Amino acid sequence: MKFTEEHEWLRPEDDLIVVGITEHAAEQLGDIVFVELPEVGTEVSKDDECVVIESVKAASDILAPLDGEIVEVNDPLVDDPGKVGEDPMGEAWFFKIKPSDPSQMDDYMSEAEYNKMIG
Amino acid sequence: MAEQSDLQHLPLHDLHVELGAKMVPFAGYAMPVQYPAGVMKEHLHTRAHAGLFDVSHMGQVSVTGGDWATLAGGFERLVPADILGLKEGRQRYALFTDPSGGILDDLMVVNRGDSLFAVVNAACKSADLAHMTASLPELTVSEITDRCLLALQGPEAEAALAALNPEVAEMRFMDMRVVTLAGVECWITRSGYTGEDGFEISVPAEAAPALARRLLEDARVLPCGLGARDSLRLEAGLCLYGHDMDTATTPVEAALHWSIQKVRRTDGAREGGFPGADRILPQLTQGADRLRVGLRPEGRAPMREGVQLFETETAESPIGTITSGAFGPSVQAPVAMGYVPTALAMAGTDLFAELRGKRLPVRVDSLPFVPANFKR
Repeated sequence: MKFTEEHEWLRPEDDLIVVGITEHAAEQLGDIVFVELPEVGTEVSKDDECVVIESVKAASDILAPLDGEIVEVNDPLVDDPGKVGEDPMGEAWFFKIKPSDPSQMDDYMSEAEYNKMIG
Repeated sequence: MAEQSDLQHLPLHDLHVELGAKMVPFAGYAMPVQYPAGVMKEHLHTRAHAGLFDVSHMGQVSVTGGDWATLAGGFERLVPADILGLKEGRQRYALFTDPSGGILDDLMVVNRGDSLFAVVNAACKSADLAHMTASLPELTVSEITDRCLLALQGPEAEAALAALNPEVAEMRFMDMRVVTLAGVECWITRSGYTGEDGFEISVPAEAAPALARRLLEDARVLPCGLGARDSLRLEAGLCLYGHDMDTATTPVEAALHWSIQKVRRTDGAREGGFPGADRILPQLTQGADRLRVGLRPEGRAPMREGVQLFETETAESPIGTITSGAFGPSVQAPVAMGYVPTALAMAGTDLFAELRGKRLPVRVDSLPFVPANFKR
């Protein structure tokens, strides 16, 4: 599992990468009331905005961590956005991406490095 | 945004930190935006029980000089509200207006018999003080800097506060009394800005932490931050200065015509005599071109400040803008307020809002979204 500076986690699953946000990020965001997911089949480039998460107070974006195609999204989150706060590292993943350049994963942090970053 | 080190710390700062508050810069002060319970729980707890808010960043102002007629008569030169007719021990919502009819700030005013006591917004505090001082040379305007202001809001606020002094239960909405709480003289008004019954408590700064702790010992009382205060006031349809009203907005456009009593209106005993009366008084009888309305986005996506409103899905030019918007925890849906042309201001009118490049349906709704719970 890898981590981005933007507090996303990336978990390889077969030839796909599952993307979600870390517990630390979910805590910072507070109560999540709305999630907008990308459409399956969307081609994204690294750093494209692809998910909108809104708390009671503010909106934030999740950026695509890799180039590739969105092949699956976690639809139940749309009706139950609070899940993001309850289980951000498990059930509340956002999307699965088929990376066009899997070596981009190498740029990201290990769990130990991420934990060090958030102190 | 101010650096954390430039921010002023108010007397309850250490208590907030101890309670685990997330402190954010607000109007030059470090203020608690939320506690560990989170905005949603704080909001819902306030609607069901009681929330304790530190609003010490707001300006507390005393105006003295002469008898009531001199004081209130002078103050009426700055606001369109009936101040002379305000009875001793009563509070009223008022607006400072400017010569073009715009709103400089909103405030609460109390008749304290020998003085006026006003509470003004933190961000407008120094401008308000300068405005009052320059405009009321015959009176003495002084900021009260040695007192904190707490707001205890919610249906159980009365019971929680009455546990410290039963006298508060006798107060009606907008009453003010000097009441001793935990051995300290407090100035209490039965008011707030959440749409709930509740009290605002002006307490000497050195006694504020102990009083706050005492109130928080009550299981009915939860510490609440600015986040919950904002979502509560939005659901209650109350304006936030700098967002839902400013110098480009008149009281009539902001749907605050109720804050201008009959005596100050055309053909009233003290008609006009406040800044911008020549613009505001005709609007009161003829209506304004645009109005603040409630807005209900149809989907789940909150529509926030700055989102533009369109009459149709394909219209080229916007007809208005959202000035406040969020997810309403009590409504369990997104709610917003904004300005639309008066012809489109009727509840039930369907409009569109442009959110992240998409036009989404939004319906004009009457305010408030959650009925007020005041003890009149």
